[in-house]
Amino acid sequence: MTALQLTEKFGFEPLAMPAPDHPVNGCYIGDLLSWVMGRAQADNAWITIMSNINIAAVAALADTGIVILAENVTPDASVIQTAQAKGINLVRTPLTAYETAVKISQDI
Amino acid sequence: MSEFLNFHFEVDGDNFVSAGQASVQMKKNMRQLGLAPEIIRQVSIAMYEGEINMVIHAHGGVADVNVYEDRIEMILADKGPGIKDIDLAMQEGYSTANEQVRALGFGAGMGLPNMKRYTDEMKIETVVGEGTTITMYVNLK
Ligand SMILES: Nc1ncnc2c1ncn2[C@@H]1O[C@H](COP(=O)(O)OP(=O)(O)OP(=O)(O)O)[C@@H](O)[C@H]1O
Ligand SMILES: [Mg+2]
Repeated sequence: MTALQLTEKFGFEPLAMPAPDHPVNGCYIGDLLSWVMGRAQADNAWITIMSNINIAAVAALADTGIVILAENVTPDASVIQTAQAKGINLVRTPLTAYETAVKISQDI
Repeated sequence: MSEFLNFHFEVDGDNFVSAGQASVQMKKNMRQLGLAPEIIRQVSIAMYEGEINMVIHAHGGVADVNVYEDRIEMILADKGPGIKDIDLAMQEGYSTANEQVRALGFGAGMGLPNMKRYTDEMKIETVVGEGTTITMYVNLK
């Protein structure tokens, strides 16, 4: 499934969608950046409640397919712009990380 | 081995809120060079961890990436506090990161292990009170 298809199917709130056709396969949940860096796989959906600007660099370098902010966390001011500029798909949902993963599990 | 491309980056030590710029730029450079995605990913992850360490532990430093025909060399050099016990620092989970950077998601103690895992060779030279130089290689074949 692509990032855009996933976003639309589950009604995630798109914050930045510069790479709508980016494939999404598998999922990684985590907030500690070095864990995500080391363990997330390319094209994963990355579910996190970490909302500072560093998530953009990590997503870009680890090649994740989409970043899903759980629990409706509000990203810091420049995160959305940076995501847009770096080609990072960034969406938000009121669901918890667990609920999000369960919901999307059939489709990724 | 004599022909190579050098990419040089100054890594700002004050700005750990938006650290990782050098690694993000290097990734773009590698894409332009047409390197394989898996190689790009390995170098990106290793360089990012090294870059962040210079920012959060050593007040910044310099990064040089040399692209040779058969391998990529990353040299990250800082004039920070040095690493007292390398074996301890290499252990998963060991971190001296302060509360401020932990709040940003750093400090899991996984950076150095990631650098080792995603490169083919890694060398740490460090002198307490003088600084640290980490050299990493990713083979292209
Ligand atoms: N360039 C450096 N200068 C001085 N000390 C360093 C440097 N790099 C690493 N260290 C020391 O080694 C420890 C382990 O580093 P490592 O990158 O594995 O974890 P971390 O940076 O603390 O957390 P994480 O990388 O998971 O965000 C650090 O906490 C720090 O004490
Ligand atoms: Mg680190």
